[in-house]
Amino acid sequence: MTNPPRRQTASDATQTAAAAGAGVSDPLGLGSDPLALDAALRRIWATGPGWQRLAAVNHSIVGRRFMVTALVFFAIAGTLAMLIRIQLATPDSGFMEPGLYAQVFTMHGTVMMFLFAIPLFEGLAMYLLPKMLGARDMAFPRMSAYGYWCYLFGGTLLIVAMLAGAAPAGGWFMYTPLSSKPWSPGIGADVWLLGITFVEISAISAAVEITVTILILRAPGMSLDRMPVFAWYMLTVAAMMLVGFPPLILGSLLLEAERAFGLPFFDPAGGGDPLLWQHLFWLFGHPEVYIIFLPAAGALSTLIPVFAGRPLAGYRAVVAALVAMAFLSFGLWVHHMYATGLPHLSLALFSAASTLVAVPTAVQIFAWIATLAQRRPNPGPPAGPRAPAPVSAPVSVPMLHVFGFFFVFVMGGLTGVMLAIVPFDLQAHDTHFVVAHLHYVLIGGFLFPMLAAGYHWLPLITGRAHDGPAARLGFWLVFAGFNGTFFVMHVTGLMGMPRRVHAYGAESGWHWLNLLSSVSSFVMAIGFAVILIDAVMTLRFGRKAQADPWQAATLEWAVPALPPPPYTFAALPRITSRADRLEPRKIAPLLARGEGVLGLARNGWMETVGVTVAGGEPEQIVILPQQTYLPLWTALATGAVFLSLLFKIYPAAILAALVVLVLFLRWPVGEHAAADWGAMPATAGGGAMPAGEGLSLPLSSEAPVPPALWALRMLAVADGALLASLLFGGLFLALSAPGWPPPLWPALPRAPGILAALALAGAWGAARMAGRAAGRAAGRAAGRAAAPACVAALAGNLAALAACGWMIAALPPLQTHAAQAVLAAALIWLGLHALIGAVLAVNALRRLASGHVSARRRIDLDLMRLWQAGLLPAGLVVLGFPAMLRALAEAAAGAP
Amino acid sequence: MPLVGCGWTGGPLSALDPAGPQARAMAALWWTMLAAAAALFVLVMALYLWALLRPEAAARVPPRRWILWGGIFLPLPILLPLGAAALVLGEAVLRPAGTEPFRVTAEARQWHWLFSYPANPGAAESVDLLHIPAGRPVEVTLTSADVVHSFWIPRLGGKIDAIPGRETRIVLIADAPGSYGGQCAEYCGTGHSFMAFEVLAHPQEALAEALAPVPSAPVPSTAQEPAR
Ligand code: HEM
Ligand SMILES: [Cu+2]
Ligand SMILES: [Cu+2]
Repeated sequence: MTNPPRRQTASDATQTAAAAGAGVSDPLGLGSDPLALDAALRRIWATGPGWQRLAAVNHSIVGRRFMVTALVFFAIAGTLAMLIRIQLATPDSGFMEPGLYAQVFTMHGTVMMFLFAIPLFEGLAMYLLPKMLGARDMAFPRMSAYGYWCYLFGGTLLIVAMLAGAAPAGGWFMYTPLSSKPWSPGIGADVWLLGITFVEISAISAAVEITVTILILRAPGMSLDRMPVFAWYMLTVAAMMLVGFPPLILGSLLLEAERAFGLPFFDPAGGGDPLLWQHLFWLFGHPEVYIIFLPAAGALSTLIPVFAGRPLAGYRAVVAALVAMAFLSFGLWVHHMYATGLPHLSLALFSAASTLVAVPTAVQIFAWIATLAQRRPNPGPPAGPRAPAPVSAPVSVPMLHVFGFFFVFVMGGLTGVMLAIVPFDLQAHDTHFVVAHLHYVLIGGFLFPMLAAGYHWLPLITGRAHDGPAARLGFWLVFAGFNGTFFVMHVTGLMGMPRRVHAYGAESGWHWLNLLSSVSSFVMAIGFAVILIDAVMTLRFGRKAQADPWQAATLEWAVPALPPPPYTFAALPRITSRADRLEPRKIAPLLARGEGVLGLARNGWMETVGVTVAGGEPEQIVILPQQTYLPLWTALATGAVFLSLLFKIYPAAILAALVVLVLFLRWPVGEHAAADWGAMPATAGGGAMPAGEGLSLPLSSEAPVPPALWALRMLAVADGALLASLLFGGLFLALSAPGWPPPLWPALPRAPGILAALALAGAWGAARMAGRAAGRAAGRAAGRAAAPACVAALAGNLAALAACGWMIAALPPLQTHAAQAVLAAALIWLGLHALIGAVLAVNALRRLASGHVSARRRIDLDLMRLWQAGLLPAGLVVLGFPAMLRALAEAAAGAP
Repeated sequence: MPLVGCGWTGGPLSALDPAGPQARAMAALWWTMLAAAAALFVLVMALYLWALLRPEAAARVPPRRWILWGGIFLPLPILLPLGAAALVLGEAVLRPAGTEPFRVTAEARQWHWLFSYPANPGAAESVDLLHIPAGRPVEVTLTSADVVHSFWIPRLGGKIDAIPGRETRIVLIADAPGSYGGQCAEYCGTGHSFMAFEVLAHPQEALAEALAPVPSAPVPSTAQEPAR
């Protein structure tokens, strides 16, 4: 399903009509009428009205949709939280019966984590990044749209299941065996596993897209060390998502395979281990917490300097701290498993690492304090979008929420350090103390910063000015209600109240505290309602925002109008200093006049600049795809796959998967890539393309490393993490699960293994040859020159696929022991990748035939070559895996 | 300071009302950390508010110093001793030295605890009721017949999961004879809230009698079901 994103190019054939006019009307755009330029760019970039909105791919629209949808899910999960608090308000409550209560807390946690927090920051990042980086859109707008639809459909599936009374009920971490078939016979657990995997696809595609956008779609001259710090945060977060989400995807697939087909990955009776699920889950789950915190921290690092009127103090220290945090966060997962009986020494190791995270966190906190301390004594701009700000208020509404962040998050961080200490955690673990801690961290570290960000960027996103006593009232209600709700949970937890209990007796001594907590939660809910009503009123009746209301120093405020037009910038700025010290007020009018790079409209192309990764030197003109329904159709087909799996109609699932494949094959069509523009005479509109400011750049279709190749590299990281998790899982079982070594070792025939290795090596060689042959050939001859090698690559992949099938068929029944189940999983991974290799070869052949490949335009061949180059070593590892597993299991059994 | 724990924070399941050396050490650890955390919280908030409200004064501290002192020199000297103390304390709590422990096995299943005393031939099994000697280490070996549960007697010490396919162990000590509440701490299905048990600590002399299979011995207790 996660086909590599291919060429992101225009799919609208009518656009070529414009190309007949041979391009540039006013090559440098200079002196042109800004209104005419605006109109011309709008014609190219605008999303149509009515149904055509479903075809939107523009980052501003899709980003907004992500955010609004996330807020809807927040309202749903918040309502569930209120139900929880009603239930716990009094002892021996009969409001909900335990089965329903389990569904409610499971859905509350699941929706908050997967459908609210992650999509909200994805939407914000999607909305802001191009604007902050000085690009016109994200690198893969159709991926954004596809990700959005996957998120919407997956989330809706979960909510519909809940309304139908079939929600998952095992808690948001779905521990096995409680979530296994015998103890969760209904469809609820399948809904969780499949729905969340569906949503994760969206997260992975967002992560690919965010990394590639940050790496290469920046304004000319914006080297990495000039990026606004928010981009550093999001780059780190996206990288963490690429590595952190695959373990959960893998775990979910394995558990679903166990539930549906009886493969005993987590069943100790068949050589599986419930602890494997816990490891896979927390291998994802712990980084996840930082994945949620860091974007919020990035927003803080952006808006605190704006308030202070000074650049962020310690930019480099902050970047170093967040990278350190990213690495550390992958070494902490065991602190969720202190009570599982692991040796104390290994617990101590994870404990030490866990406490150490406090250091990079403190570095950021004090960088923010230092920034505030350097604040310009009398900040010129008023604290609100309109002068004069209320005199009584020393801080703006966003800064009020920043105060909320400091107060709540610091406390959550401190209890986090406590929980990292093994002997204390053994008491507090799985009690309401942990519920308190996690809400202090999530609401302090995510919700308050996001509310601050919301108020800060509201004028940008909506074009409405905002000021308000109501917003302040809302804040104080939420703040007071929050502390009242959750502070007391520290106490009830230590007084022995386990989490996830639906009822408790009066003799426990917890009832007054719980009542206080429940009453406070309604104060908080009223606060959210005030904030919501105030926001809606602002949207309906607010005054128009003035440009750059906060006197910020980053590029998102240099857009020509609020809210920004669909093309974002009429021209892209040239950056010569740190991009968080700019003066948007001065830049905006220049850009609006087209003074800058690509300040032109030509050929109906949606153009933006691609730069070199480190230096930010302009390198290519990336032509982005027009609006299209393809993402919607593809996501619908993907949804059909998941629904068929859910209802166990496997033939339909295979059919739907084929439809997804066929739809993905339609993505690469791009009219501009049908010709070598660089080789055409300038009179015909060809040559290196003028890009304004005296620059001439190749189109990305003719550039050595176009964005699509970057996307495949990023996807390879996620894919590698998936395979690594699987291999780790197998080795973990061999080492520590009961029932190993298996009574009967699954013997694999030699021949197909050798065949697969040779076939993969051959496919790799053929893919290399295809690229070389195309490179040597002139013009259209490339097609004919490269075709034989592509056919060879296709054959190699098909042979490898067949060999994998042969080996899987030779395994003993997979239900009998985890050993063969794990081997089968690895071989299925390999077979699927060979299949995708075959699809890439078919795609290359198709593109060769349609004239989209030449010596200059080799992306389809390059994708194939990169795929095979990665698949060969990975395939050899998979083929060597059976021997590895056996050796390890026998060594472990031999050891005393 | 632990005295604070005896008032309104008491209760049959309160970890703040310890009744054994391990739980006491853990509670002492908590109160110490609480004091340190409160001080740190006040310090950080004061610095933040100072920088926010009195920037003219706070600006005299250069950014570098803020970050170095606040980010590195403030947390490290606290974290390192804390980590070391945690290691030592953890060793002491998880593996208390001393006399040969009294051994018990506990099988968790939805939603009961079955205790047996293999080291005491003739002792009757008991359901949701655990007999132990007071003043002597008790080693409980846990297994699970179905899903993951977690064995927890807050007033005696920390928890340990009961995991299908595995055996886990915990050693606990009760200071004095008496009754202590126990509860399943890991969500294990709809009966989770009610998966409580009672621990009766007997004087060493009276233990044999308590273990003897009297006709009405293994009755699930109702005295100590906190979560109802
Ligand atoms: C809006 C106010 C909120 C309230 C009143 C609230 C309340 C609660 C309560 C009482 C529980 C414990 C349920 C139990 O153990 O029986 C809980 C669990 C949880 N909450 Fe919240 N919550 C709120 C917001 C959030 C937010 C914003 C997030 C995350 C971004 C979140 C994430 C979670 C998670 C992950 C759990 C654990 C669920 C589980 O045990 O499976 N909550 N919440
Ligand atoms: Cu239980
Ligand atoms: Cu339980």
